[in-house]
Amino acid sequence: MNRVIARKVVPANNQIFKLSSKKFFSNEAAKASTAAASSQSNQESDGNLSFTGNVQPYDIAIVGGGMVGMALACSLATTPLTKHLSVAIIDSSPALANKPCIKREDPPDPRVSTVTPASISFFKDTGAWQYVQQHRHAYFDKMQVWDYTGLGYTKYDARDVDKEVLGCVVENKVLHSSLLSQIEDTDFQKKIFHSRLTSMSLNPSSSSIVVDSTASTEASYARGRLAKLELSDGNSLYAKLVVGSDGGKSQVRELAGFKTTGWKYSQNAVICTVEHSVENYCAWQRFLPAGPIALLPIGDKFSNIVWTMNPEESSDFKSMKEDDFVKAVNHALDYGYGSHPKSSLPGSAGMFSWLRGNVTIFANESFEIPPKVVKLASERMAFPLSLMHANEYASKRVVLIGDAAHTVHPLAGQGVNLGFGDAFALSRIIAEGIAVGMDIGEVSLLKKYEAERKLANMTMMAILDGFQKAYSLDFGPLNILRAAALHGAHFISPLKRSIISEWRNQFRVNIRLYLPWELLANLTLYNGENSKSILIPIPARSIWQPYRPLRFQLYFQSQHHEDMYRNHL
Amino acid sequence: MALKLLSKLRNQNLQITRNRNLHRLLDAARFFSEQPVSNLSTPDDSKFIIKNKQQTTTSSLKQHELAKFAAISDTWWDSEGPFKPLHNMNPTRLAFIRSTLCRHFSKDPNCARPFEGLKIVDVGCGGGILSEPLARMGATVTGVDAVEKNINVARIHADLDPETSTIEYCCTTAEKLVEEQRKFDAVIALEVIEHVAAPAEFCKSLAALAYPGGATVISTINRSMRAYATAIVAAEYLLHWLPKGTHQWSSFLTPEELVLILQRASINVKEMAGFVYSPLTGRWSLSDDISVNFIAYGTKDGQ
Repeated sequence: MNRVIARKVVPANNQIFKLSSKKFFSNEAAKASTAAASSQSNQESDGNLSFTGNVQPYDIAIVGGGMVGMALACSLATTPLTKHLSVAIIDSSPALANKPCIKREDPPDPRVSTVTPASISFFKDTGAWQYVQQHRHAYFDKMQVWDYTGLGYTKYDARDVDKEVLGCVVENKVLHSSLLSQIEDTDFQKKIFHSRLTSMSLNPSSSSIVVDSTASTEASYARGRLAKLELSDGNSLYAKLVVGSDGGKSQVRELAGFKTTGWKYSQNAVICTVEHSVENYCAWQRFLPAGPIALLPIGDKFSNIVWTMNPEESSDFKSMKEDDFVKAVNHALDYGYGSHPKSSLPGSAGMFSWLRGNVTIFANESFEIPPKVVKLASERMAFPLSLMHANEYASKRVVLIGDAAHTVHPLAGQGVNLGFGDAFALSRIIAEGIAVGMDIGEVSLLKKYEAERKLANMTMMAILDGFQKAYSLDFGPLNILRAAALHGAHFISPLKRSIISEWRNQFRVNIRLYLPWELLANLTLYNGENSKSILIPIPARSIWQPYRPLRFQLYFQSQHHEDMYRNHL
Repeated sequence: MALKLLSKLRNQNLQITRNRNLHRLLDAARFFSEQPVSNLSTPDDSKFIIKNKQQTTTSSLKQHELAKFAAISDTWWDSEGPFKPLHNMNPTRLAFIRSTLCRHFSKDPNCARPFEGLKIVDVGCGGGILSEPLARMGATVTGVDAVEKNINVARIHADLDPETSTIEYCCTTAEKLVEEQRKFDAVIALEVIEHVAAPAEFCKSLAALAYPGGATVISTINRSMRAYATAIVAAEYLLHWLPKGTHQWSSFLTPEELVLILQRASINVKEMAGFVYSPLTGRWSLSDDISVNFIAYGTKDGQ
């Protein structure tokens, strides 16, 4: 049998020999050059390290130093297993060049994010939350969602889900500078390149192995199959792992050849900051015929408006006089397009009474009107809405996080929370890889991240897209259904509370059965947590932590068995 | 006989030869190492020691071999390729090693390189799939394999990363290292002992390689019905993870037997864990279930 195999393979074998004799010299050359390279690089490190055009290897290159990119850097810097990594951050934005000085008195920026409790706890873990708290931020513990038809509304309270708050609205620049401040507090080895990525080669061709001795340092990196990045200012660098956090039009995604799926919505969002006469503590969202309008508190009597509408409308609203715009906003949040929903409809109260049992309506569950807007406090910005999802997040030495991997409808301000979720998941998985001595650019490691985040992100995208579609139709029966859904959610909530707490106690897992219409209000706030509960298969004990040791003892059924074993050996 | 020996070449056999080109290359490679074995093999010689003719001409053939295996080393290390099962299992084995050795040597498990300053030998290192992570975790690693081509592949791959280029790879056997009077802080032999004709002798060699008070980690497959069903029937015949004939049920050791033979070699087994594969996630994890794959950590007596 063996001989048969042997005979068969003889020709193939000869071929290999021919090939190998050809390759012989080149390999030796490469070998020699590596040796030269290492001695050369030693000399360099003794001397001046930072001369221009120097090619340096980094552990991780983060392309795009926005909120999500910096969240990754911050998480790496504050995790014991990853804090030794050398990181290059490539971003041409001025926010990284000279640290902006944020004053509390400044009017709030219209670019804000609703940070979910899950993201808040990530920030607290890294220590960056202390810096957020030094600036303007607004927690909110209530939320009201209603419909322009006046048929349904639902209110959420943090107490419904045993939470202190439902979320926190923070300006993007505050989040960004807080992460940066936290990184600077650590002795993390990072270098910021104020430049753009122009090209990326992931698999330096085998021909590049054969090089003359002058380019020998590079040769050894190329041999190590590191990713090579070239920047617009002429610098180039090598990295074991390239992280694309460069937003929806990601250069890294394009250069790595990841395909995307997505579409544009024929909707634009208008965002701005407004001022009230009283402070706002609640998040408000009303569905209008053209799309939802959201009013989010940002503290100090300011609120943020995110108003989704048709592109034509959006240019009108953007350019109209300030007073007219304020009137339009008040109109849209109050009686515009339809009447207020009533706090208790006699007919449907009867209909839902069997669900309510003996629970009485709390006073704060009645419908409220949002505080009046008195003044516009910032410029108005409009941007088109789209949905995009990368078919892959990871390949060897490249990984995408945040908007580079997925752009969502900003219906509930979820984009950045998904991004933070990505950043912290990636940082954790890199730490797990380092714990077991893996190469951090290894595809099997990065695919773990992809599997974990893809499910969470796609679920959220599907829900948001579904809502966008459900509410983009202004059709009589559908309106009534939607309204009934909202109304029903409001009435069912006492029941829901008990279900949630019971399930939690029993399984210690955050599984929640959401009625479809409840999802929107909930996902606005609990994205991070939802994604965790979707990912139950994550092992509770991280792999590098000590497992429960099995103390081994020899048990034999009888003396006979023991003798048998001993004789057997 | 030849087939039986074939099964003794541990790592090289763990491949799935789906890829045509690879198939040819690997068969060719197998021929190389098999041929001398079948010539030399006598009943007594069928131990772990596999004498290789090429070994004697290492210096002159080295460059040829380096060039030849530069191409294959990519496949050895392709975590989506034929060695996927081994790569899949690797983090779990390393998690056990990290956990036990950190406690044994009182090292900080939250540090990126906890094995700094430890000398570890990886007996039956194959392509270096275990040696490289150990080196990244800070250890001074010596990788040993009886099959020269594995050593060449391992060496080429390790040279790609400055962190792993410090690994010392030798085409030799545990017995020879003992003759050379080499000593290590920790001796690791994963998935090797089931391919060894005289496990007791092999364990004695492992013990002789460790400093008194040193650590030993051994993993293998239990001789249980479940192991027969999963490691042989499922892995070899149904899923084709491993070539048919890779493992022989009769040469597996039960945990009790392993503990006894290690005891005789003056190694006290302190802890054991099982590897469990979850078909849902496709991942391995550590558990208390030692009925199929298991790993044992022991310490060598005396100071």
